[in-house]
Amino acid sequence: MSDSASIMPEHPPVTDWINDFDHTDPVWTEDPFPIWEELRAASPIVHTERFLGCYMPTTYQAVKEIAYDTEHFSSRRVIVRDVRPEITARAPPITSDPPEHKPAKQILLPPFTPDAMKKLEPRVRAICNELIDEFIADGKCDAAARYTKHIPVRAIAHMLGIPEKDGDLFIKWIHGILELGIKDDNALMEAVKEMTGYFAGHIEQRRKNPADDLISTLMKARDKDGNPLTDEHVLGSLRLLLIAGIDTTWSAIGSSLWHLAKTPADRERLVNEPELMPLAVEELLRAYSPVTMAREVMKETTVSGCPVKPGNMVLLSFPAANRDPAMFPDADKVVIDRKENRHAAFGLGIHRCVGSNLARMEMTVAIEEWLKRIPDFRLDPAGKVTWSEGTVRGPRQLPLLFGKAS
Amino acid sequence: MAGKLNIRVDQDKCQGHARCKSLAPELFELDEFGNAHEVGDGSVPAGLEDKAWLAQSNCPEIAIEVTEE
Repeated sequence: MSDSASIMPEHPPVTDWINDFDHTDPVWTEDPFPIWEELRAASPIVHTERFLGCYMPTTYQAVKEIAYDTEHFSSRRVIVRDVRPEITARAPPITSDPPEHKPAKQILLPPFTPDAMKKLEPRVRAICNELIDEFIADGKCDAAARYTKHIPVRAIAHMLGIPEKDGDLFIKWIHGILELGIKDDNALMEAVKEMTGYFAGHIEQRRKNPADDLISTLMKARDKDGNPLTDEHVLGSLRLLLIAGIDTTWSAIGSSLWHLAKTPADRERLVNEPELMPLAVEELLRAYSPVTMAREVMKETTVSGCPVKPGNMVLLSFPAANRDPAMFPDADKVVIDRKENRHAAFGLGIHRCVGSNLARMEMTVAIEEWLKRIPDFRLDPAGKVTWSEGTVRGPRQLPLLFGKAS
Repeated sequence: MAGKLNIRVDQDKCQGHARCKSLAPELFELDEFGNAHEVGDGSVPAGLEDKAWLAQSNCPEIAIEVTEE
């Protein structure tokens, strides 16, 4: 693809959200919640001609129907973009459909159980404190740049057995794939190529010197026929772990700190009642779910009574489902000790996020360690909070001041 | 008076969210893949009824059945 063709045209601003929605519009990026309310009031599933045709379920029920329906909806493409090039770089199991999905996922499940995460927890606590040490004396920081961003990067690097200092490379690739890549195919391909080369080198090293890490686990794994995984499969799973494990959790931690910075009552409650943390983490996950997935319609069907046609993508918005008042009383409020919370932040059905136990542990530890060291903090009025564009939502600049407001 | 409770995890529905184990570790266990099943025969010891209901009402896959004898 030539340079001139690789940059997608800028999208015109949205004037009709119900019939022409666009999740890359700056208005959506800044504050999607009222838009989702408007869409939900219109229909359980809405459609746009943008992105070569795309549906979006707006209710919990419609999201659930699609998530459970692997016959009519495929996971082979999981990002809604302006183009649909040939599928080359797979990332099993997230891009797998049945029957390939289950054996690919089962390889990844044991390293991510809650017990496995308990073993990783002390390292994550240490990472959080090392980061806080670097800026606490300043009395302020951009928490996205200095804190939230680095926690999942270093944690997954630790699990994969690669240098934590390579984290900046991962952040660059993820930005290329998930943000620039939505509209710039060259940025996407370049990032995928660099990442693939990096991991191919590590696979080669492990062949000579096997280690006790996740790369070696994948290389030692066997498929359903008892054969070793192909290098392509191992590379695909590594791509998935890197892409899926980083800006998602970085976003969830960032949104949580953003909420606590602007909601002193919730912050004080968590400081004074740390036993509330497990419920609070679930509620912050519900209210600020970072991840929207995608499906491709393969066969004509209906969703909540609405017809959907093949050839269109689906923006599978778990965040919008989690704000559905038919499912959650006071859905638009953060109820920090919400007791019943069947939220879908990690998806529903067979594609439940393989890293959900890791994400929960990282969020819990990141908030706990922050509150221990910086119990009083607030948004810095001199700075601006900015949000990521695309299908992972979280603060990309989060300027905070420490100490009580005077 | 309420009777004795029993819990059962539907293995076809469970996707390993692990919410039940987190909320009621006395009542649920996870296998090597992180999928949940009930401890023992699933009978809920006296005093843990609230935890059984809490786990049930937080399972995203509606995989936990609580029955009353």
